[in-house]
Amino acid sequence: MKAATRLRAGDAVAVSTAGLRARRLRAALSALGVAIAIAALVAVLGVAESSKAELLDQLGRQGNLLTVATGKTFGGDPAPLPATAPAMIRRIPPVRSVTAVGNVEGVTVRRSAAVPSQQTGGITVLAAQPSLVDVLAVPLARGAFLPHPAFPEVVLGDATARILGIGAIDAQTQVYLGGTYFTVVGILAPTPVAPEIDTAALISYDVADELFQLQGRSSRVYLRVDPDQVADVAAVLAFTAAPQDPRSVEVGRPSDLLLARIAAKGAFVGLFLGLGSIALLVAGVGIANIMVISVLERRAEIGLRRALGARRRDVAVQFLLESALLTTAGGVLGVALGCLATAVAAHLAGNPVAIPVVAPIAGLAAALAVGALAGCYPALRAARLPPADALRTP
Amino acid sequence: MTTALELHLVNKIYPPPTTVTALRDVSLVVRTGETVAITGPSGAGKTTLLSILGTLERPTSGAVRIAGTDTTDLSDPDLAGVRAWHLGFVFQQFFLLDHLSVLDNVATGLLYRGVPAATRRARAGEVLERVGLSGRLRHRPAQLSGGERQRVAIARALVGQPAVLLADEPTGNLDSATGQEIAALLAGLGGSTTVVLITHNMEVAATMARQVQLRDGRILDTADAP
Repeated sequence: MKAATRLRAGDAVAVSTAGLRARRLRAALSALGVAIAIAALVAVLGVAESSKAELLDQLGRQGNLLTVATGKTFGGDPAPLPATAPAMIRRIPPVRSVTAVGNVEGVTVRRSAAVPSQQTGGITVLAAQPSLVDVLAVPLARGAFLPHPAFPEVVLGDATARILGIGAIDAQTQVYLGGTYFTVVGILAPTPVAPEIDTAALISYDVADELFQLQGRSSRVYLRVDPDQVADVAAVLAFTAAPQDPRSVEVGRPSDLLLARIAAKGAFVGLFLGLGSIALLVAGVGIANIMVISVLERRAEIGLRRALGARRRDVAVQFLLESALLTTAGGVLGVALGCLATAVAAHLAGNPVAIPVVAPIAGLAAALAVGALAGCYPALRAARLPPADALRTP
Repeated sequence: MTTALELHLVNKIYPPPTTVTALRDVSLVVRTGETVAITGPSGAGKTTLLSILGTLERPTSGAVRIAGTDTTDLSDPDLAGVRAWHLGFVFQQFFLLDHLSVLDNVATGLLYRGVPAATRRARAGEVLERVGLSGRLRHRPAQLSGGERQRVAIARALVGQPAVLLADEPTGNLDSATGQEIAALLAGLGGSTTVVLITHNMEVAATMARQVQLRDGRILDTADAP
């Protein structure tokens, strides 16, 4: 008695897709739920990775930047850097370039003399050397960097320009700085590694000495080091800068700031991934719900298939495949939408588009897993339905 | 003459909460190629009898032999195999799949034998020609009349050339003229295919070679057609 049944794999897929095609709108809507959740997950990963790529890029470029700054003495008094500090630091062999800024104290910057002197906007005035731009690798957003050191000219940090409300500059753009009008000759691009430059108004040492008696003193030194010897240089920097009182200076590695920002982004990614996963869970419950309804509606079909020779297994596979196909279709659409969202977001933020390879793969895998899980119970119910009962459906 | 179907002292008692005794000590032998009508009022146990003959349900006690094989100890997949290879079903409600064409509906009759799709379609085309529907292959079931739909269902049952065709009120949803045509079609299968048909329509029953009356789960008497 020849009686073995078998359902070809291709036929199983065809049966399931036909089942989905028979209920197009319902299938499309429930797949859309999965698509949105997967798109959110892929976009979170993609956007985070794109902005992280930007930060990591900066980290790579800024990793060998060190700073030496005025610290406090043990008694709590501000300690200026010794006048010899920049020159001494330059003599450390792995140091490639050095630049210094001097804090001009008691001087405010305002849009004009009519603005009350209390409204400083938190802007500091720094005397800067021409090498600042190169050492910090900060481009000028507009203008030039103090082309005439003897003239009262000023270059504004990115935040400073915004605080003062200065966007475009021309020969008439001036700010009121310490009792004199200075011509704004340039605006710096943002410097994530040196936020103190962002909020500063930079003037030349010559002018600072002449108008504000700075006497060439430095409050902070920036230096570029051989990337392989950053730690070695950092270790000797305090002694070199202030041999008499090494504890009065603070040695910093600004790229640590970038690391902190990357870590902070990671924390947000975790949060958003959690929210995206909840969305996916909700979509999965929706799929399970739709599949349970489908099984109830299709009792007669289940009975018929059993009468035609379908095993319990064949019926279970049919519904499980329907569920998995539904969520996989949603997953494919979701990955596409997520990548598109990432590209748009990265474009708007000016970041490179960096979608981690794991994002689309994980998105599809998650969709498939949700489909399989959501389809389990309905498939089991369909398979357990006694054929005679199923066929008695009115 | 060989035996196509054999029931021996079959009882069917549905479990609580209903606890209905649907069949009591039913014994029945259907010979190969025979056409049999099972008649009786509603609730007599006709559909239960057909389900048990079709291995869609297991009896509470008693034995069912199909084409010489005792089905009592067969597993669920084995029973599915018996249905796929030896039995064809026709139902009152047709149970056609709305989203498939007439041709594909009939081809579904071979789906669970693992026959390739092209072969399934070719055979479906042949059977549809036999039932007079060769012009309707690409139609959807919804575009057909009731009689045509039942012909599609009969073609689906016959596409695998089963030994036994089981029909549960196949004319129940049709007007009497169409019903007689369907009954005649089924009766004409006798000789090569064993046909067991359930009906409470005596005219339809009369088209079968033998009538078996069922009442309260018992067989009253069997009579060969005059």
